Amino acid sequence: MIIDNTKPHIDKAHLHQLLKQMLRIRRFEEKCAQLYTQEKIRGFLHLYIGEEAIAVGVMKSLTKDDAVLATFREHGHALARGLEMNKVMAEMYGKVTGSSRGRGGSMHIFDSDLRFYGGNAIVAGALPLAVGLALADKMQNKQNVTVCFFGEGAVAEGEFHESLNLAKLWQLPILFVCENNGYAMGTALEISESEQHIYKKAQSYGLDVRQVNGMNVVDVESVAKHYCDAIRQGAGPCLLECTTYRFRGHSMFDTQLYRSADDVKKWKDKGPIVKLKNWLQANNELSPHELQQIESDVAKEVDSAVAFAEQSAFEDESDLCLGVYTEGKI
Amino acid sequence: MKIINMPSFGADMAKGEVAHWNVKAGDTVKKGDIIASIETMKGLIDMEVFDDGTIEKLLVDEGIELSVGQPIAEFRLANEPSLDNTAQAAVSHAPEKQQPEKKQPETETSERPEFAAQPVIKIPIIQKSETFSGEANTAKISPAARQKAKELGIDWRLITHGQGPDGAIVLADIERTASAEPNKHGINDPMRQAIAAVVSRSKQQIPHYYLQLDMVVDGAQHWLTKHNQSLPSEQRILLNAIIYTAIAHALKSFPEFNGFYLDGKFAAAESVHLGNVINLRQGGLVVAAIHNAESLGCEQMMIKLKDQVIRAREGGLRMSEMQDATVTVSNLGERGCDTIQSIIFSPQVAIIGIGRQRTVPWVVDSNVTSASIVSITLAADHRVSDGHSGARLLNKINQLLQKPERLICTRNHSKNRSAN
Amino acid sequence: MNTDIQNNDNKTTETLTYREAMRLAIQESMVADERVFLVGEDVGNYGGCYAVSKGLSEQFGPQRIIDAPLSEAGFVGAGVGAAIGGMRPIVEVMTVNFSLLALDQIVNNAATLRHMSGGQLSIPLVIRMATGAGKQLAAQHSHSFENWYAHVPGIKVLAPATVADARYMLSMALADPDPVVIFEHVMLYNNSEPMPTTDDCADMHKAQVRKTGSQISLITYGGSLGKTLEAAAILEQQGICAEVIDLRCLRPLDTATVFASVNKTKRVLVVDEGWRTGSLAGEICALVAEHCFWSLDAPPKRQCSIEVPIPYPRHLEQAVLPKVEQIVESAMELVTNGQAMS
Repeated sequence: MIIDNTKPHIDKAHLHQLLKQMLRIRRFEEKCAQLYTQEKIRGFLHLYIGEEAIAVGVMKSLTKDDAVLATFREHGHALARGLEMNKVMAEMYGKVTGSSRGRGGSMHIFDSDLRFYGGNAIVAGALPLAVGLALADKMQNKQNVTVCFFGEGAVAEGEFHESLNLAKLWQLPILFVCENNGYAMGTALEISESEQHIYKKAQSYGLDVRQVNGMNVVDVESVAKHYCDAIRQGAGPCLLECTTYRFRGHSMFDTQLYRSADDVKKWKDKGPIVKLKNWLQANNELSPHELQQIESDVAKEVDSAVAFAEQSAFEDESDLCLGVYTEGKI
Repeated sequence: MKIINMPSFGADMAKGEVAHWNVKAGDTVKKGDIIASIETMKGLIDMEVFDDGTIEKLLVDEGIELSVGQPIAEFRLANEPSLDNTAQAAVSHAPEKQQPEKKQPETETSERPEFAAQPVIKIPIIQKSETFSGEANTAKISPAARQKAKELGIDWRLITHGQGPDGAIVLADIERTASAEPNKHGINDPMRQAIAAVVSRSKQQIPHYYLQLDMVVDGAQHWLTKHNQSLPSEQRILLNAIIYTAIAHALKSFPEFNGFYLDGKFAAAESVHLGNVINLRQGGLVVAAIHNAESLGCEQMMIKLKDQVIRAREGGLRMSEMQDATVTVSNLGERGCDTIQSIIFSPQVAIIGIGRQRTVPWVVDSNVTSASIVSITLAADHRVSDGHSGARLLNKINQLLQKPERLICTRNHSKNRSAN
Repeated sequence: MNTDIQNNDNKTTETLTYREAMRLAIQESMVADERVFLVGEDVGNYGGCYAVSKGLSEQFGPQRIIDAPLSEAGFVGAGVGAAIGGMRPIVEVMTVNFSLLALDQIVNNAATLRHMSGGQLSIPLVIRMATGAGKQLAAQHSHSFENWYAHVPGIKVLAPATVADARYMLSMALADPDPVVIFEHVMLYNNSEPMPTTDDCADMHKAQVRKTGSQISLITYGGSLGKTLEAAAILEQQGICAEVIDLRCLRPLDTATVFASVNKTKRVLVVDEGWRTGSLAGEICALVAEHCFWSLDAPPKRQCSIEVPIPYPRHLEQAVLPKVEQIVESAMELVTNGQAMS
C-alpha cells in the first residue's frame, strides 16, 4: 500500500481514526451476522465486510449538509455518516427506537437530519433520487454535494443510464460512487456487462471519472475529496469507480457457488483493514496497546448497541397506519 | 457454557443439516473459524463461530436434519472458568440469552422528540356513513330473505325482529317462520298462531251472548243509488261503508261495547277505533283499526275501507292499525252467509257481524211484501253489558241506517263528541 | 391574477377550456411559489403534448419549465428527490401509458418512503398524467390505470373532470405534503365551461353530487362524467331520476358521499373506463355491498370497458368503451328490477 504523503490530513491521528471507523463497521457487521443466525435479525442481511474503506473514505469529505444515498448494503455507510450505532442496531432488530422506527429493517436505514436517504432495496432505484436531491440543491443555490453509492450491478439497469444522462445534462452536483465488487448477487461482472469498465460508461455520458483501489482507504479519501471540492465549485457530476470485494456472500443465505474460496482468501489478504493495520504497524504508527484500545472501544460500542436493541420495545401495532400520509403524523 | 444452535442463514430457511463437522470435542477455536458445513436447501454454507473458546461437546451427528434453533454443540467461552458441576448461569454476551423485551423509559427519551410529542392522529381510511335514517318503521330485510318470503307467500312484515344487524330480517328468519308450522297451503303461520291464541282465550274467558237484528236496507240502498249517480266510480260509496259508519256512530252512545276488559276491569275507550276484519288471499285474516271511526262520514269511511284492504293484502298495514282496534266488525256479506256469530277478539268486549244483503218476504202494515235486508249480529261480553243494552245498540244502528243522508260529512252533525 | 396569460385558444375570457384551466393553475402556482417547477417531456419548447404548458417556458424559462429526455424513471425519481430536497415539483408524465416505466419510482419511492422511514421523509410531489381512450391511439396509448395507482397507500389520486376542478385542484395538490397523482382524461382538454371561481371547486378530497336524484346513484369519475350526465338526462326524460356523483378523488375515496347517495336511492351503477376486472368500479361496488347492503334494492352494477386491448378503428374503440346508451339501459334495468316500465 502506497500512501502519498503529500496529501493533506495524513497523520497518525487521522489514520487511527480511519482504522477505527472501518473497525466499527467491521465489528458491527460481524455482530449482525451472528445475530442473524440466531434469528434476532430477520429478512435479508447484506454485509459490507471487505468494502469498509469506501464508505469511510468518501464520507470524510462530506459536510453535514451534503446528501448521501446508498443501497441495501448500507449499514457501513450509515455508521460512517454518523448515525448512532444504537439506532442502526435497533433498526436491524425492528425496534421502535430504530432509525426508521423499526419499519424498514436492514435495507431501509434513513436519517433525514443527517441527510442520509437510505437504504434503497431496488438496484439503481436511488440514482434518480440523487438526481432530484442534487437538482433541488442547485435550484436553491446550495453548495452541497449529493453522494450516491451503488454497486456495479446497477449499471445494467436503465435507471443508471437515465440518471447519469440527466445529471450531466443538468450539470448537477452529484458524486456517483460505484462500489465494484465484481458480483451482482451471484452474477459476475464478466457475464453481465459487454463493457466491464464502469467508468467508461460514465465517461460516455460526459462525466468526469476516476478509478481507484477500493481497498485503500487513504486513496479513496483523497480522490473523493478532490471530487467533492470540484463539484462544489461547479464541476458537474463525477463518477468514482472503486474496485473492491465483499468477503461474505451477497446476503447471509448465499452458498457462494459462483466464486472460489481461494479467490475470497486472496482478497481477504489485501482487505482494507489488514492493509492499513499492516502499514501502520510496519511504520510504528500503531502499538499493540493502541490497537487493543481501539478494538476494545469498538467492542464496547457494539455490545452496548446490542443491549440497547434487545431492551427496546417494538412499535405499537396500533400505530401501524401512522405515517402513510402526513395527516397520520407519527 | 453456552449452546451453539443450528443457525438461520435466511428468512426462508427452516431446517438445516450438519453436513460436516470441522471440529471435535476439546478443540480450541477462534472467532471467525469455520466449525461446520451446513447443508441447506440452497446448498452448503459455512458456519462460523463468533467467539474465542473451546468446543466442549458435539450434540448432533453429521447428516441429521434439524430445525433452525436446535442445539448442535456445547461451547465454553475463552474467558469462562472451566466447567464444573455447578451450572454456569452468567454469560457475558447478552444476546446469547433470550432476554425478555421490556419497555424502558430511558430508552424512549432518547428517541426523536417529535415521535413522543406529537398527538396521535389516526386517519380513518373508510368513512362510515352517517346513521342511515330511513323511513320510520321500515324494517330491513336482506334480498335473499325477501325473495324467499315471496316464494313462500310469507308476509315478512309480521316478523318484528330478525337476526340480522339492527334487527334486519335474514333468510334464517324466513326459513324459521316457514318451518314453525309446515303447511302445504302456505298459510301465514305466525298469524294463524296469533289468531288461534286470541280466539281460544276469548272463547274460554268471555261469557258471550248473541243478539241479532234484521235491518231493512232498501232506503239506504235507494239513497245510495241516487248519491252515486253523479259521482265518478272511484268516489262511489258501497252499502258496507254506510253500515260501518252507522255502527261507529251508534257505538258513541254505547261505551260498554267499545273498550277493553283487562285484569278484571272494563275500561271504555275514548274513541271508536273500529276494527275491520280483512280476509287475506293466502288465508288468514287481519284486523285493521279505522281510527276515530265515530267522526267519519260515509265517504271517508269508504275511502278508508278501500285503502285498508289494499294495504292489508300487500302487507302494508301500520303497526297502529294492527294494534288499536277497540271493537271489531266482521263482514262475510259477499260470501253468502246470512248471519255471523263471531268470537270476540279479547280484550275487546264486542264484535258486530254483518250478514249478506238479501231479499226476503217482509211484512209491512200486515201486508207481505219483499224487502232487502241485512242481518246484523252482536256478540258481547256479558261481564260488561247485557242483552238489554245490546238490543238498544242494534236498534240504534238500524235507526241510523234508515237515514244515511245524515251520515255524510258527519262532523256537522256530531253529538258533541270531540272530533279527532 | 397574472395578466400575462397566453390565452390564444380563447376569443373571450368568459369561458375557459380544461387545458387552459390547467395551464392557468400551473402558472399561478409557479408565480406564487418559487419552489414550484414543471419537468416532463416536451413541456418547454414543444409547449406540452396537449398544449397545457404552452407559453410557460417563455414566461418562466428553461430552469423552471424543464424539458426532460425520454427517461420516465429518471425524471419521476428526480421529482421525488427534489421534493425531498425542498422543492415543489410538478412532474408531467406525458401519458399514463408511459408512467409504467416510472412505476418503480412512484410505488417504491414516492408512495413508500414516508412510512418506511418511520415518518422522516416528506414527498410533496405532484405528478400529472394524461389518461384514457377515445382518440384512436390504439392499445399502447389508451390505458386507464387510475385503479392501479388508487390501490397504493402513500399516494393520493385525483381525477378532475370539470374545468373548475382542472383550474383549482392543482394548487390543492401542491399544497398537500404528500405525493399526489393527477389524471387528466385526454377527451377533456377541449371541454369548455364558463370561467370558474374557487367556489366551483370543492376540497380535493371530496366527491361532488353533479346532479341530484332519487332512484339510482350513478357514480363515476374523470372522462366518464360527461357520458354519465348525458345518460342521466336521457333517464330523466324517461321518468327516472338519477343522481350523478363525480368521485374527483380516487384515493382516498369520499365514501361518505357515496354511501349517503346509495342509501337514499338504493341502487348504484358505477361508470368506469377501466377494464372491469380489478377495476376501481369493483372497489366501489364492494364498498357499497359492505356498507349499504341493507338499503339496496338491486345489486350494485358496473359499466366498464370490454376486456380487450383498445383497438384503433373508431367503431371498435367506441364498442369497447362505456357508452351512454349502455349506461341508460343498465340504469333502467336496475330501477325497474328487470321488469318493463309501467
